Amino acid sequence: MKWLLAVVALAMTSACATPGEERDPRDPFEGFNRGVYRFNDTFDEYVATPVARAYVSVLHQEIRTRVGNFFANVQDIFIGVNNFLQGKFEDGVNDWARFAFNSTFGLLGIHDVASDMGLEKHNEDFGQSFGRWGAGPGPYLILPFLGSSTVRDGLGTAVDYYAAPLGEVRPINLRNTLYGVYLVDTRAQLLDASRLLEEAALDRYVFQRDAYLQRRRSLIYDGRPPREKLE
Amino acid sequence: MRHTAWVVLLGLLGFVAPVPAQDLAPDALVKNVTLEVVELISKDKEIKAGSRAKLVGVIEAKVQPHFNFNAMTALAMGQNWAKASPEQKKRLTEEFRTLLVRTYASALAAYSEQKFDFRPLRAKPTDTDVTVNVRVLQPGTQPVTLDYSMEKTASGWKVYDVMIGGVSLVANYRTEFGNTVRASGIDGLVRDLQTKNRTLAERK
Repeated sequence: MKWLLAVVALAMTSACATPGEERDPRDPFEGFNRGVYRFNDTFDEYVATPVARAYVSVLHQEIRTRVGNFFANVQDIFIGVNNFLQGKFEDGVNDWARFAFNSTFGLLGIHDVASDMGLEKHNEDFGQSFGRWGAGPGPYLILPFLGSSTVRDGLGTAVDYYAAPLGEVRPINLRNTLYGVYLVDTRAQLLDASRLLEEAALDRYVFQRDAYLQRRRSLIYDGRPPREKLE
Repeated sequence: MRHTAWVVLLGLLGFVAPVPAQDLAPDALVKNVTLEVVELISKDKEIKAGSRAKLVGVIEAKVQPHFNFNAMTALAMGQNWAKASPEQKKRLTEEFRTLLVRTYASALAAYSEQKFDFRPLRAKPTDTDVTVNVRVLQPGTQPVTLDYSMEKTASGWKVYDVMIGGVSLVANYRTEFGNTVRASGIDGLVRDLQTKNRTLAERK
């Protein structure tokens, strides 16, 4: 908990240093967010990215895919739950069938046999369910270590973590190891995307924020949001 | 009569001249160009070895003619577009084109090993503004969607926006462009884009 306070304090002090630019209505806490963003960026540069790079260079692609599949399989349970919560029963059944096939024939999920059978992987979480039920995103937020979020999605993430089966794993040592591998694997999968962001953006903070908000909106509508005509 | 029979026969054998790009339906155009480019990328030794210049060259030659960069720049500029002089418009479009081609090249190169799923077009034959949906199938994770917004012009269908995973490239530059113009004017934005492009070019 102490580090969290430290991060917040750090963010607050740098918030004051930000010049009073025109505020984006979607991002009322921009000063604070930019502070956390800098903190995350530093952590990412000196810890997360080097670890993820090492992970990629040490483990063969084949093994990394298996590791990724293992975690993806566990997540299918709650992806299914969220599809049920959103009234998409066919999709929910699809997700649970994926979990059933992959956990058995796929050897605890390391082989994604369900995709080969035509059962497609979905992307759902509690933040999306809240959105589907009508909750707006609320102000944009950058969470320490976790990055882009909004008030709605932050609450969703808290529920995601609370519900995640990984948290039930005992002994604690094993659980912590699994968490660690999960985080490193996730960061490794994002190495390409972060390079792309670096290349494309004039102001990475703004570019990342807008991309996140667009992406979440698209996900809530399962890739078919009502079209917004650009003028 | 004999002539007709020949045409039919040749057609069956696949000898008939390919349809020029102007006449291709938008979904067929996206499919042809994507498959051609992905094939080029995955077979080229220099690109495999990490040659950015070669990769960008392929995109410039094969993809660029089907994009309407003028429309893309105007959309990304929003209301500021009307305030730009013809000379500023020209330079903005030129710099934005360079940046977009690079971004798009990186995105496509990242997916070149994957399988593409070209979705059937949901549009009426009379439509002049359509969205072509493509999905990149990746083993073990959710497919990535590539949606091309296309408009019919005199020289064939032209792309005026690309959405990657639900993120519109053009819309994503809007806030950045707006902020920069507010802070340092249109010339400031041109300068920022030039600096950005120069940094990327030096990185190879």
